[in-house]
Amino acid sequence: MATNVKNDPNRRDFLYVTTAAVGAVGAAAAVWPLIDQMNPDATVKALASIEADISSIELGQSVTFKWRGQPIFVRHRTPKEIADAKAVPLEDMIDPATDAERVTAGYEQWLIQIGICTHLGCVPQGQKPSEPKGEFNGWFCPCHGSHYDSAGRIRKGPAPKNLVLPPYEFMSDTLVKIG
Amino acid sequence: MSSHSNYNPTNPVEKWFDERLPLIRFSKEHLMDFPTPKNINYWWTFGAVLAIMLVMQIITGIVLAMNYVPNIEMAFDSVEHIRRNVNYGRIIQATHAVGASMFFFAVYIHMFRGLYYGSYKAPREILWILGVIIFLLMMATSFMGYVLPWGQMSYWGATVITNVFSAIPLVGTPILEFLRGGFVVDNPTLNRFFSLHYLLPFIIAAVVALHIWALHVPGNGNPTGVEVKSKADTVPFHPYYTMKDLFVIVVFFIPFAWFVFFAPDILGHADNYIRANPFITPAKIVPEWYLLPFYAMLRAVDFDLFFINAKLGGVIVMFGSILILMVLPWLDKSKTRSGNFRPMFKPFFWLFVLNFMMLMYLGAQAAEGIYVILSKVGTAYYFGYFLIILPILARIETPKPLPNSISQSILDKYEAKALKQAKIQGNGNSEIQGKGGK
Repeated sequence: MATNVKNDPNRRDFLYVTTAAVGAVGAAAAVWPLIDQMNPDATVKALASIEADISSIELGQSVTFKWRGQPIFVRHRTPKEIADAKAVPLEDMIDPATDAERVTAGYEQWLIQIGICTHLGCVPQGQKPSEPKGEFNGWFCPCHGSHYDSAGRIRKGPAPKNLVLPPYEFMSDTLVKIG
Repeated sequence: MSSHSNYNPTNPVEKWFDERLPLIRFSKEHLMDFPTPKNINYWWTFGAVLAIMLVMQIITGIVLAMNYVPNIEMAFDSVEHIRRNVNYGRIIQATHAVGASMFFFAVYIHMFRGLYYGSYKAPREILWILGVIIFLLMMATSFMGYVLPWGQMSYWGATVITNVFSAIPLVGTPILEFLRGGFVVDNPTLNRFFSLHYLLPFIIAAVVALHIWALHVPGNGNPTGVEVKSKADTVPFHPYYTMKDLFVIVVFFIPFAWFVFFAPDILGHADNYIRANPFITPAKIVPEWYLLPFYAMLRAVDFDLFFINAKLGGVIVMFGSILILMVLPWLDKSKTRSGNFRPMFKPFFWLFVLNFMMLMYLGAQAAEGIYVILSKVGTAYYFGYFLIILPILARIETPKPLPNSISQSILDKYEAKALKQAKIQGNGNSEIQGKGGK
């Protein structure tokens, strides 16, 4: 009889296990809100889209917009910058992408990207005429020396990826919805 | 551990209290009567310095929090307000900021002491691991504290260091947004950093209590590495070491005070007196000096290794450089604790110290040219010391003979000294024998 009690799970064992399981689920459910409150809140998410007026950006000029607290680089590219970007063979790139993949068809003079270096998050230089544009006539990140070309592709330095493209669409020739 | 107390309360109230909560007995055992090796040198005093520094940081921090505002619109101004308008705020703020540097200076001496004298070896592994945990908590606390003034270095330091987590495959970006509470470092980030910066020192204090508990199980190590064998090897902690520690604390406070009163900003960075601007990155981002060796190792990895890209590789190396300390007791299997008795170990150890300082220098330089190559060499030696040199030395090294006991080592030293003197004076041996045997 004694061995029987030891080996077979009885009613009481079942109650112990289920009580512990329900307790664990309850504890996890109580902890979750305390953890999730650290994720981006409603006001942060509410700024999820902006409309950018690009009519006043001259040929060759760059302007920085703010979207979700991040700088958005909008560059009105010259025909030479577009031609240079198209001429690069894909084998020469760290994160290969064609120029066409970086812009919207029909609007290839407009390069729109998130201005945050994909290495450790600094803002690359190259938006203002006075700033260095790096070895590939695009952007240069001063923190750890990443060079981006005129299509925002990483060409040299520690960054693993091209500058990220935000979701956007052209509402008209002069108005872009970002986000 | 209750055997070394000579607490015998005679007062009936004390006796009544002792039978219900032996608090005075406990304090007397662990803070006053604790038997401590009589030969421990000045390198052993930095534990007490660290305890004082933790208390100072907590007290000045609580006072600063009464005047600081954790909001991106007001944080920068509130720190300036403390420095310019609050009564004695100039000194309190400087003590807290310089105190962080002095705290790390003391902890590095304390850790190198442990590395040289083999303090991590059995039976003190847990004691050592708790120390590494305290070191990690200190780094997290100081990093978050540096963000609070909301200057350019605060902001971009926070951006770069939180971005380190984005290197984790698959879940990197969700973790990054979770840590920041947004897509970029912003007000939610500042708020939580303030909250955690206030919390962590108390967690450190709790781990310090465990650290001292773990210390008081086997007792202190000592420069010979030979364990205490009899009561003759020890002296009570008070007054012998309370006074010695106090003396070092006073000496330690002299440079500390010089920084606070004459050069409160010399260890900081001028860019942190520019208000944070999320759209402009400073040309050069440099962490505080005490984090530089690890920053240098993060940057040293600028190449891909198999499926690990450079960014993830750097992060693994940076965290690995601290986590490797946790397994050190099982990497260095040499039975001899103290570096004093390990002739082959000594040069490698001092090279390790020099290498650590070189990495500290390199972390502040631009990542280009010769600096990159030296960073790679330094990182390789750092890991090579733990993973290759120490395990091999444990196998091939013949240590010098150890003294029989702590007391014997002191007598030997005394006799050797007397013998030398006798030779110089040309005297006979007989008198020295008599003195030495005393």
